[in-house]
Amino acid sequence: MADLKVRIAKRCAKEFKDGEFANLGIGLPTMVADYIPEDIMVTFHSENGFAGIDAMADESNLDVDIINSGGSYVTTVDRVKYFDTAESFGLVRGGHVRATVLGAMEVAENGDLANWIVPGKKVAGMGGAMDLCTGCPEVIIVMLHTNKGKPKILKKCSLPLTAEKCVSKIITEMGVMEVREDGIWVVELHPDYTKEDIQAATECELHFDPNMKAMEEE
Amino acid sequence: MINKVMTADEAVAGVKDGMTIMVGGFLATGSPEVLMDALVRKGVKHLTVIANDGGLDAGQPAGEFGGKTARGVGKLLEHHMVDHIIASHLGVNPKLNEQFAEGTLRYTLVPQGTLAEKIRAAAYGLGGVLTPTGVGTPMETELDELGREKKVVEINGKKYLLEMPLHADYALIRPSVADKFGNYYCKKATKNFNYVMAGAADKTIIAPEKIVEIGEIDPDMFAVAGVLVDAIAEGEKPWQI
Repeated sequence: MADLKVRIAKRCAKEFKDGEFANLGIGLPTMVADYIPEDIMVTFHSENGFAGIDAMADESNLDVDIINSGGSYVTTVDRVKYFDTAESFGLVRGGHVRATVLGAMEVAENGDLANWIVPGKKVAGMGGAMDLCTGCPEVIIVMLHTNKGKPKILKKCSLPLTAEKCVSKIITEMGVMEVREDGIWVVELHPDYTKEDIQAATECELHFDPNMKAMEEE
Repeated sequence: MINKVMTADEAVAGVKDGMTIMVGGFLATGSPEVLMDALVRKGVKHLTVIANDGGLDAGQPAGEFGGKTARGVGKLLEHHMVDHIIASHLGVNPKLNEQFAEGTLRYTLVPQGTLAEKIRAAAYGLGGVLTPTGVGTPMETELDELGREKKVVEINGKKYLLEMPLHADYALIRPSVADKFGNYYCKKATKNFNYVMAGAADKTIIAPEKIVEIGEIDPDMFAVAGVLVDAIAEGEKPWQI
């Protein structure tokens, strides 16, 4: 499972260009930062208050005034800019954070996303997820393709939405998919799987791009 | 001449049962601990709290580094002082879900960016804010913190939610550095809600980690105007892990 998550994170890291500003959610999305190529500079947003998040802190470099949005102590890059919540989410809603990478409980074929609440379960809250999914020009979902075999890419979300029609790309261990006007298109398929495999793990009908490539490991 | 500097107990003396308070901080980083302690000593009940989250519970890790005591709003929850919490995230402090289950605490969720703007609207005299965040989600259909329906406004073919100002009786804020007039700034990631909350309440109380003389530091350093500050509480310490 760990290897599959590394595969997903490595592939997602290729989505970024030199000089970009982006946001990574907590968990698998955070792993993406570890695989950004050395020769490009991507500035990552920490929505609790800065642009320029770096690695987790340890005892040697810990500053009690610097946490990430999950409450962990982190370090920052030299070009860091700190800001308050209003400015942080102004950057988000204004479309200045080009992409956000998040996990999902459900994604629908029209790009609807549900990733913040399961009614009847423990109350957590959306935090910044609704703002990020509404404001960022690109919403990239990184996740295992199914929940223990149960499809997560659906005709329609059953859970309350985080945002409507916001998802632009889905990266799973099985492949890379783009959400287009007419549905979900597979643009890369991992060599471990066939078209039939990925379709069987997906509730909605998938379209296969004529130029579909192999999802590369490196 | 006015002297705003006082003890934390004196600063919160006017907070009464049933009032609404807003508290700066993000998972307690940037929360005014001396003011939380003073409210616990005062023993006020039935508060409505506006904050990003419920702070941290005693012994709860902040990342890998556990805290010995409850932190931030977590102190008020530990002492069952809160009836209603208005926040963006409620999943971290376990006291929240315990008290929801007991029926002693209710909540209103507000997306983080919207929460900041609702507070800012109250501070800066706006009748509300239009945000695309929450359209097509439960934020559009659920009632707001005062039980009002949300209005959807369409501008140039795009839908927005009209979010109303969020005002409190008291704003409790933690600057890193303030002068004795109340001009202040917050270091690094402690800014969070500590800037927008100033002036969004009838009374604004700050608990600075460091208090300097007027004129001691470059005025360009200050982010928030001391004219918004009613009281400056002494005794706030750097957080010790």
